[in-house]
Amino acid sequence: MTKLSSLISGIIFGFGLTISGMVNPQKVLGFLNIFDAWDPSLIFVMIGAILIFSPLHFIFKRKSRPFFAQSFIISSNNDIDKNLILGASLFGIGWGLVGFCPGPAISAISFSNTNVYLFVLFMFIGFFLGNIFQTKKHFI
Amino acid sequence: MNIINFTPLSALTGGLLIGFAVFLFFIFNGRLAGVSSVASDSFLKSTNRIDNLLFLLGLIIGPILYSLSGNEIESVLTNSLPLIIIGGLLVGVGTKIANGCTSGHGVCGVSRFSIRSIVATISFILTGVVTVLIFGV
Repeated sequence: MTKLSSLISGIIFGFGLTISGMVNPQKVLGFLNIFDAWDPSLIFVMIGAILIFSPLHFIFKRKSRPFFAQSFIISSNNDIDKNLILGASLFGIGWGLVGFCPGPAISAISFSNTNVYLFVLFMFIGFFLGNIFQTKKHFI
Repeated sequence: MNIINFTPLSALTGGLLIGFAVFLFFIFNGRLAGVSSVASDSFLKSTNRIDNLLFLLGLIIGPILYSLSGNEIESVLTNSLPLIIIGGLLVGVGTKIANGCTSGHGVCGVSRFSIRSIVATISFILTGVVTVLIFGV
C-alpha cells in the first residue's frame, strides 16, 4: 500500500509544482533576482505548502503510527554544523546558476528536453559524490 | 527593485497542493517527502526503493496530467551545457551533504520549526541570490 500512496503523493506534488510555475527555471531565477526584477511567487509556494503541512503534521504526529507503516520517521538531527552550511550553500549556487532544485528538475523530465536529462543525470552523480564525501570525510 | 511576473494565486494553489502531497506521504508512509532524499535514496539505498521510485515517477506524471487537462506549461532552460553540468553537480552534492533541499528543509523542516532546516533554507536562498546577482538570470 505504501507504493500506491508514494505514487499518488508524487503525482500531486508534481501537479502542484507545475501549477505553481516552479517547473520553469526562469520563474525560480526571477525569485532569486531580488535586486533587479523580482518575482516573489516562490514565497507563496512555500507559504502554501507550510500552511497545509505544518498544522496537519502536528495533529497527526500524535497518532501512534502512520496508516501503512510501522512508525513515523523524522530526523532527530538538530545539528547546525559545517556540512549543513556547506551543502546548503553549494546547493544554492547550483540553484542560482540553473534555476532547478531536485523536485522541479525531476518533474521537468516529462518535457523531454535533453538539457533537463543532462541536469538530472549530473544531479544524481552529485548525490553519489556527496554520499562519498559524507561517508569518507577523513579521506578529503 | 521592480516586481515582475508575479503570480501569487497560482503559486499559492500549487503550494497548497505540494503541502497536501507531503502530508499524504507523511500520514500514509510515515516519511517526510524531501525530494533530494527520496531521489538519492532511490539509488543509494535499497530500503523503500520501490516507494521512492514510484514517488519520482509521480513527479514526472504530475506535469503530464496538467498538460492533458488542457493547460500549457512554460519551462525555459537557457543555460549552456557546461553550466547545466556544473549546476546539476552542485545541486546533487549540496543537497546530499546538507541532507535536504527546497522540499526537505524548506517545506518539511520549516513546517516542523526545525532550526537546522531554517538555517539551511536561509543559506541556500542567500547563495542563490548572490549567484544570480553575479551571473545574472
